[in-house]
Amino acid sequence: MRIVIENVDKTFVDAKKREVTALQNINFAIEQQEFVVLVGPSGCGKSTLLNIVGGLMSPSNGSVYFEGTDSKKPNLGIVFQEIALFPWRTVYENVIYGLEESGASKQEQQEKGKHYIDMVGLSGFENAYPKQLSGGMRQRAGIARALAIEPDLLLMDEPFSALDAQTRTIMQEELLTIWDRTRLSTLYVTHNIQEAVYLADRVIVLSRHPGQIKSTIRIDLPKIGRDKDEYRMRFEQYVDEIWQLIRHDAQEASREG
Amino acid sequence: MPDKQRQVITNRVAFLETKIPSYAAVLGITVLLVLWEIVCRLEIVPPLFLPAPTAILAAGWEMLVSGELYEDLVASLLRIGGGYAVGASLGIIFGLILGFSRWTDAILTPIVYSIYPIPKIALLPLIILWLGIGEMPKLAIIALGVFFPVVINTFSGVKNVDPMLIKAAVTFGSNHFNVIRKVILPASLPMIFAGLKLAAGTSLLLLVSAEMIAAQQGIGSMVLHYGNLMITTKLMVGVLVLSLLGLTFNRVLQWLERKLVPWK
Repeated sequence: MRIVIENVDKTFVDAKKREVTALQNINFAIEQQEFVVLVGPSGCGKSTLLNIVGGLMSPSNGSVYFEGTDSKKPNLGIVFQEIALFPWRTVYENVIYGLEESGASKQEQQEKGKHYIDMVGLSGFENAYPKQLSGGMRQRAGIARALAIEPDLLLMDEPFSALDAQTRTIMQEELLTIWDRTRLSTLYVTHNIQEAVYLADRVIVLSRHPGQIKSTIRIDLPKIGRDKDEYRMRFEQYVDEIWQLIRHDAQEASREG
Repeated sequence: MPDKQRQVITNRVAFLETKIPSYAAVLGITVLLVLWEIVCRLEIVPPLFLPAPTAILAAGWEMLVSGELYEDLVASLLRIGGGYAVGASLGIIFGLILGFSRWTDAILTPIVYSIYPIPKIALLPLIILWLGIGEMPKLAIIALGVFFPVVINTFSGVKNVDPMLIKAAVTFGSNHFNVIRKVILPASLPMIFAGLKLAAGTSLLLLVSAEMIAAQQGIGSMVLHYGNLMITTKLMVGVLVLSLLGLTFNRVLQWLERKLVPWK
């Protein structure tokens, strides 16, 4: 099964009634078990694109579709930047939310809930409310909630951008471990180039005004352990290559504030 | 250099963390009651105008034992309980619908806001005309008075639900009904309770007013009755009961809020 994003455009009308093109002519596909990272400077429309793929926004033109599904409705797991856990539900109740809504049996809910809470390392916190957790633990719960429905496509919108640098590094490592166990097709959005190179099979670089695909870079490094010494040179080359592509746009973006 | 000068830094915002002893809460009220008692004992104010607290308590006890209070209290409790339950339930339901659907919001909100500022007691004669002189008009006027603060608070609670949470719920497969039940309702509960507390005061006010205007029984009519007879001690017993009723009402709501909103 692959997910195709075909000729997607998105235009907004801004506060001054001018038409703004956020995305223009976006074409790419996410293959089965592929980890695709969208990277770009702020204002390049990467979150907009993820929202369109996630069915939370409609494109002005073009379409997003699943190819090769056996007519069942594909399900999507989304990990939000704002985490968006339900504050009145405990960790366990949050994680099984999607299962509850899909009508899974109580027993299935319990099994899968426990399984994915274990996987993200939140055992023992099942009955805690989100308010009682640290930022990193909240995002773990958010990831477990998305994994629990065993989605056909996992969408992650800058999931670690609100975390401190240390927690972020740990979460990136753990995400890879989890991904390695589940092998879900994933679309991941970030503005952090190191993160993109560390996680991606393929990095899609977006430019801004309008948001277009500037380049697609396949990361030819083993999926696990890219931070090892032996890969450091090539890792830095990838980072530099992407930075050169984004630099000009990023400078412009920072001047606009 | 042993005699070097020291400048110790002290916490300059210590006043923010001042500890208050637990008896402080009863201090004010005790002093007030004692002063009141002294003023009455010294007969600075004649007992007809202001009976002593001990006299009120004694009269209250007597009325309780003789069962005189019982009928009035039950009549009042039934009215306020019934009216409040009806008004609050309708208020929450309408508030949720109004907040969720843009159509009902656009059509009904102007109506709600134009009826809201009317002092509901002004509608009592009309409601009596419609519903007769039994229990119904009293229940209706209380329900009406409770409905508006609850509906408006629920509505603004719904409007303030983080749209991210609704998006999250929809992503994980919720239909509209479940979005309301599992996201919008719990997220608005804190605001709903603010409305319920506001409405508790309103309902008490309307209960007493309605009973004073049109009732043979109830705390309100009892207060009016003893006022006409100039039996101030028994009048004050009625006032005391109303104060206790209000306090209990608030306590029950607080308890319920802690039960239903444990995640705040």
